[in-house]
Amino acid sequence: MSKPVSLGLPAPRRRWAKLPRPPLAVALAALVLLALIGMAVFAPWFTHHAPQALAPALRLKGPSAEFWLGTDAYGRDLYSRIVYGARVSLTVGLGVAVFSVAIGLPLGLLAGYFRTLDALLMRVMDGLMAVPGILLAIAIVSLSSAGLATVMVAIMLPEIPQVVRLVRSRVLSAREEPYVEAAVLMGTSTFKLLARHLMPNTLAPLIVQGTYICASAILTEAILSFLGAGIGTETPTWGNIIAEGRLYFQLKPGLVLWAGLALSLCIVSINLLGDAARDALDPRMKKR
Amino acid sequence: MACEQAPLLQVENLRVATAEGRPILHGVSFHIQPGETLCLVGESGSGKSVASLATLGLLPKGALQVEGGTITFAGEALLGASARRLKALRGNRVAMIFQEPMTALNPVLSVGRQIDEVLCCHTRLDAAERRAKTLDALAQVHLPDIQRIYGAYPHRLSGGQRQRIMIAMALVLEPTLLIADEPTTALDVTTQQQILTLIRELQQRHGTAVLFITHDMGVVADIADRVCVMHQGQVVEQGAAAQVLGQPRQAYTRQLLAAVPALAPRAPRAAGSAQVVLDVVELSMVYPGPRRLLRRSPGTCAADQVSFNLTRGRTLGIVGESGSGKSTVARCLMRLLTPSAGAVRVTGKDISELSAAGLKPHRKRIQMIFQDPNRSLNPRRSIAQSLIEGPMNYGIDRAEALTRAQRLLELVGLPADALGRYPHQFSGGQRQRIAIARALAMEPDVIVADEAVSALDVSVQAQVLELLDGLQQRLGVAIVFITHDLRVAAQLCDEVLVMRRGQVVEYGTAAQVLGAPQHTYTQQLMAAVPGKAWDFSAAARS
Repeated sequence: MSKPVSLGLPAPRRRWAKLPRPPLAVALAALVLLALIGMAVFAPWFTHHAPQALAPALRLKGPSAEFWLGTDAYGRDLYSRIVYGARVSLTVGLGVAVFSVAIGLPLGLLAGYFRTLDALLMRVMDGLMAVPGILLAIAIVSLSSAGLATVMVAIMLPEIPQVVRLVRSRVLSAREEPYVEAAVLMGTSTFKLLARHLMPNTLAPLIVQGTYICASAILTEAILSFLGAGIGTETPTWGNIIAEGRLYFQLKPGLVLWAGLALSLCIVSINLLGDAARDALDPRMKKR
Repeated sequence: MACEQAPLLQVENLRVATAEGRPILHGVSFHIQPGETLCLVGESGSGKSVASLATLGLLPKGALQVEGGTITFAGEALLGASARRLKALRGNRVAMIFQEPMTALNPVLSVGRQIDEVLCCHTRLDAAERRAKTLDALAQVHLPDIQRIYGAYPHRLSGGQRQRIMIAMALVLEPTLLIADEPTTALDVTTQQQILTLIRELQQRHGTAVLFITHDMGVVADIADRVCVMHQGQVVEQGAAAQVLGQPRQAYTRQLLAAVPALAPRAPRAAGSAQVVLDVVELSMVYPGPRRLLRRSPGTCAADQVSFNLTRGRTLGIVGESGSGKSTVARCLMRLLTPSAGAVRVTGKDISELSAAGLKPHRKRIQMIFQDPNRSLNPRRSIAQSLIEGPMNYGIDRAEALTRAQRLLELVGLPADALGRYPHQFSGGQRQRIAIARALAMEPDVIVADEAVSALDVSVQAQVLELLDGLQQRLGVAIVFITHDLRVAAQLCDEVLVMRRGQVVEYGTAAQVLGAPQHTYTQQLMAAVPGKAWDFSAAARS
């Protein structure tokens, strides 16, 4: 009875060794995102024009050796503006994703596990969700100054209920799992139960949701800039570059398209990486 | 055999592999004569379902593919037949019924409409004729009040009734071959008996051949004309039922038969210690009904005045069909539910009304083993982490808990290097061993095993039962064993308690309850055990 059974399995490997070899698309996405982040961080090294430098004589020029992507309606170097624009867009995208997950995750765990708290918390979340996101953001921005922090808070607030609902629904189904009940029977404290057994269940969908929030925050920031409720045009963002370029789209489509390309590349890369991370983190998604 | 008529279905040297080229079936051959029942029997992963799906051209596309062999149905080659031809054959000439009737029926159409749809697709009858034929089919499967059933939706029917609907739907076109894939596995034993009788009756009336896929040797003994035993994608043995079950030629068949638990109760054991470790007094559990406008509607009484006790080192079996309240009792014992009334005394202390904090010191006295070993271990935590969690919650330091975990793994027959692995690297039986080790790590006085071997193959089930029995003798732990399987109860239990609709109908020693049942319900249960007339152990010895 107590004779050991041979398992015939390979020895367990370290966690990183278990991650699947990335397919080409994921590698490419990581490369693009790294390049964008590098560009944003070291923007002065990649450009030789200040993004705000006006040159009215050189307005709406085509691409040249001096201005790689041409100039905009005020003669500012479009290439420099897009490179510097990555700073705001990436900060807003990543910041909103990280903070809304960091706030929504504990709230969702509590709502899913404590039934009495659930009723109260979810009504507040329903209230937040009932206000259109853009409208709420405009209201918040117009109540205080239109700085980077205000814009981020304004975009984050409507995203939090989405995270809370997602986490709560995962907790509600996971808490019925026998392994959670087994942990309860072993005297595991509520905090450990939430942290060890319930939270890991929510991470895979949260990563996907996080990438979606990141992409959507970058877009929302662009919309706010376009509506004039976002960050002013003296600080270039992909959003306000597109908004300004829109007026001259028929004359110089590049004004919209180059910033649009950067935006699309960024969002596609983030989504691809999110999917890849989900597959890698969930042991059940592995086929072999 | 030469004078027999041509077989209805002939499968020759069928080879199926996964898309990656890993073989699933290695040259499987079997045949079915018109009007006979062939049982494909084997444990999970033996390829019995794949063989039947390949026959109908229903292998999941992109995952499994036929590599070679022939399938001939009534003289027609099925491999290479067009999708359209196969579709016409399915339904018209060949029908299939599945294990879980709820998922096979469309939940938003009435069952009458669903049978009508089959007739609509395959015949040219007008609406009135179709309705008459549908009602006739419902009557043939002995459903009550067929006019009402015709308009009923699947969720309004019981599991047995749904399976009857599936059979009616399968047989309404009078196919010549019925493929039944574990059709009674999800059903209670008394319902199972009725469905088996029904399939037999309809088969005799219409001369349908049946390909019956099952893992249950008892069902095989009851229904098969011929048996085909499969193991790891190969046919191990086939022949007439009496021959395969009576004088098996292959070691694997003998092993399979020997693993079927005997229905005779185990020899009574001398009572060891007189210490009562679990005393349950008039335990009741009422689930509150839905809240109506002004008052609550009456609740459901899932357990009604259940009383029993258990001394150290003994095993009590709680048996009953689904909905009898046995799992509710288990959850009340574990305080996963708070009972509405009554007392649960674990080593003398009533835990039924303790608060969460007050409960903690007593939790470790009573531990549980769950039904599904795939879900009772956290997939993201290593075996070591799962095993040391409980002891560490009670203040044992990590190093000592790890030593204990290692010792326990050896005790349940797993290598010590299993500690660093994750649950998905183990088979179902091994995972159940780990779950047992986890329960034992708390050094409990009582273990509650809720259908702990029901999800396991019969040979694995026998090993786990043997393990539990050995551990009990060594450690003196008392076991509450909850099961729907009377054979398992007879093997393991000293006392047996029979439940029905939340009430205890019979309670006594295994010899009394299973040997000479007094209550009519217990007698019905005993009568419905599949293959009860067959002595599997004798066949295995021969």
